Amino acid sequence: MTLTGTGTLARLALRRDRVMIPLWALVTGGLVASGAGSLEGLYGTAAERAEIAASMTANSSMRSLYGPVFGDSLGGLVAWRFGTFAAVLAAVASVMVVIRHTRDEEETGRQEMLSAGAVGRRAPLTAALLAALALDTAVALIVTAGLAGQGAAGALALGLAVGGTGMVFATLAAVTAQLTESARLARGLAAAVLGLAFVLRAAGDAGTASGDSVLTWLSPIGWAENVRAFAGERWWVLLLILAAVLVQTAVAYALTARRDVGASFFATRPGPAEGRLATAGALAWRLQRGALLGWSLGFLLGGLVFGGMVEGAADIVGDNEQARQIFERMGGRSGLTNAFLATMVSLFGMIAALFAVASVLRAHGEETSGRAEPLLANALGRIRWAAGHLVIAFGGSALILALAGLGLALSYGHDLGPVLGAALAQLPAVWTLAGLAVLLWGAVPKAATAAWGAAGLCLALGWIGPALDLPQAALDLSPFGHLPKLPGQDMAWGPVLALTALAAALVAAGLAGLRRRDVQG
Amino acid sequence: MTKAISVAGLHKSFGRTHALDGLDLTVETGEVHGFLGPNGAGKSTTIRVLLGLLRPDSGAAAVLGRDPWQHAVELHRRIAYVPGDVTLWRNLSGGEVIDLFGRLRGGGLDKARRAELIERFELDPTKKGRTYSKGNRQKVALVAAFASDVDLLVLDEPTSGLDPLMEEVFQSCVTEARERGRTVLLSSHLLSEVETLCDRVSIVRRGRTVESGSLAELRHLTRTSVTAELASPPNGLAHLPGVHDLTVTGQRVRLQVDTDKLDAVLRSLTGSGVRSLTSTPPTLEELFLRHYADDQHADDQHADDQHADEEVRS
Repeated sequence: MTLTGTGTLARLALRRDRVMIPLWALVTGGLVASGAGSLEGLYGTAAERAEIAASMTANSSMRSLYGPVFGDSLGGLVAWRFGTFAAVLAAVASVMVVIRHTRDEEETGRQEMLSAGAVGRRAPLTAALLAALALDTAVALIVTAGLAGQGAAGALALGLAVGGTGMVFATLAAVTAQLTESARLARGLAAAVLGLAFVLRAAGDAGTASGDSVLTWLSPIGWAENVRAFAGERWWVLLLILAAVLVQTAVAYALTARRDVGASFFATRPGPAEGRLATAGALAWRLQRGALLGWSLGFLLGGLVFGGMVEGAADIVGDNEQARQIFERMGGRSGLTNAFLATMVSLFGMIAALFAVASVLRAHGEETSGRAEPLLANALGRIRWAAGHLVIAFGGSALILALAGLGLALSYGHDLGPVLGAALAQLPAVWTLAGLAVLLWGAVPKAATAAWGAAGLCLALGWIGPALDLPQAALDLSPFGHLPKLPGQDMAWGPVLALTALAAALVAAGLAGLRRRDVQG
Repeated sequence: MTKAISVAGLHKSFGRTHALDGLDLTVETGEVHGFLGPNGAGKSTTIRVLLGLLRPDSGAAAVLGRDPWQHAVELHRRIAYVPGDVTLWRNLSGGEVIDLFGRLRGGGLDKARRAELIERFELDPTKKGRTYSKGNRQKVALVAAFASDVDLLVLDEPTSGLDPLMEEVFQSCVTEARERGRTVLLSSHLLSEVETLCDRVSIVRRGRTVESGSLAELRHLTRTSVTAELASPPNGLAHLPGVHDLTVTGQRVRLQVDTDKLDAVLRSLTGSGVRSLTSTPPTLEELFLRHYADDQHADDQHADDQHADEEVRS
């Protein structure tokens, strides 16, 4: 039996994720479910909702973030504003869960121990997928139950679309977990596909208001949007999601049957017998250069794709009088162009913060895995060791933002200086979050991964915060909220310099903590 | 002789776990010092304090005459360390790691010596970190340590995972290091290894040093087993101090005696006329088992605590 032991392994997975899965499900599902209340406060009457729906659909930078508004009922607005974000959250969580219980287990050697028991060849993968299914089912249930008051059919459609997107990426991760020996790389590949799916959907929706662009249909996140919950549900789109889940599951099982435990399809090549690595900085570069290369390519491509849409962003959507009025109110051609660029640049900034946090926490990972200990037993001070990783975190985030700005400006064809400047103006906020990660790692290493929470919170505040009717004090928590909206607004040096100084202070405090505390391991 | 390592009254707690509870340790320059104790006794914690990776809660520690916390980096130029569980970077070859460690210590490695050690340990330096077995990962760290020109070698259960042939290579490397005047602190569970290599040993239990001295001195503290065939039944043996587990079958006597009380027992035996006599000195195993077994239960408890801590961390 190739499935023997699946139940036990699934229970083990759920037991290990007993905090993570309920928390993600509650946050993801709860965000959507609570959206109706927030939006009702903002747009209480049907007229207000029709107005916001029309103006948002007319605005291509808004469409690229959230997609077009398909229905102007309260449920329709919730699906528009929170649907994409929730689908991405479910996808991220599903990728994490699946890789954690497949390739991570193999890489650490724990799988070998488990597989030596009465465990079938397909059991570990099945158990991981069941854990992801539990997560995505919980998300779907919370969304459906929370929005049932807005219409049962729409609520169910949105729940299934969000949970289904999670399963599309869970099964995608099941495939990438077979391809590489490194869990980090398997996660990276799945995340790259998720990024690509987001860019495709955003590009498609920026170009057309109907949601029917080819680019949108190439993206699983575009499918979730095109289920059109609360706006004449297209149930057949769910079949597309189901088909993707089934195909990817079949591929993953086929691959897993053809390889050894712990192995992949790419054999490890021998390395040099003598090394040239001589410094902690060179080692950090060697460890992080692959990730930095991936992020650089992603940001450059993303910039090029979005840059190509800048011109279209200023085209009037529809030729009716209402659309023309909205167009004028938004500042006409140059206003819309700048708004689109500013939105894109801010999005790149918030995502660059994820790179910066990951890069800082790489040093934390080196420490907890025990690899830092023998390094620090050499004539290598802690600060110098940390500096190797921090240079990449802080310099690398500058590099990828510059590449995104370059991509935007090149394919837009105008304003190279201002667009590049706008991209780099995101850096103080990115660095502040990276600095927070340094502080947590240096001063409270057990809580270092909370830096992910901070970066995620900023992303959530920037993406859906305005629609949650939160007080300004809450929105001000994100350093990105304090940056000038470039291009378009005037450069405000005050907040930029203040955030840079704050980032420097956080790094200094974190390094001071690192000097004083015990090395973990 | 100056002290290579001197530690007095070292305390270190992790939450509720008291890993070190007033530990003392003295290692003379130029000796190979065995560092022994059951799992979870505090050996690795002590070593991490000596490397300046952990800061002790209280107590004094000096390595090569300096405070390891204050002067970690300068001290590390003169120290080579082999951890018990070597974790390597999955995409770096063994050779790269060896050279990296050499350069980070300052000055790099003697090429000829590096090549010789790779040859002796039969290590393939072109393999990547993820493809090495446990023993081979250990060899990477051992080659890096023995190829470096340092005053002090700190080895934390360095031979776990090595096969018997490699164990022999390791022992000859330690012997050579001593001949060249190096000091070695060797934490180990292999008693034969300790017996062969070490000049002196310290035994720790639950964060405290319970015995310290040369093997001869330690043996003196334990029991010798004696079997004798006598000319006439023994007389008054049971009343002698230090005699244990006495069994008398006719004229045949078997007993255990505290080694420092051996003299009186022999006098009493010769008083009855000795026909044959076997006296077995205590094996090292007996020596350690006496210390290890005493608080088996307490140590189990201790290990559970540590396990719980690890789970919280991961």
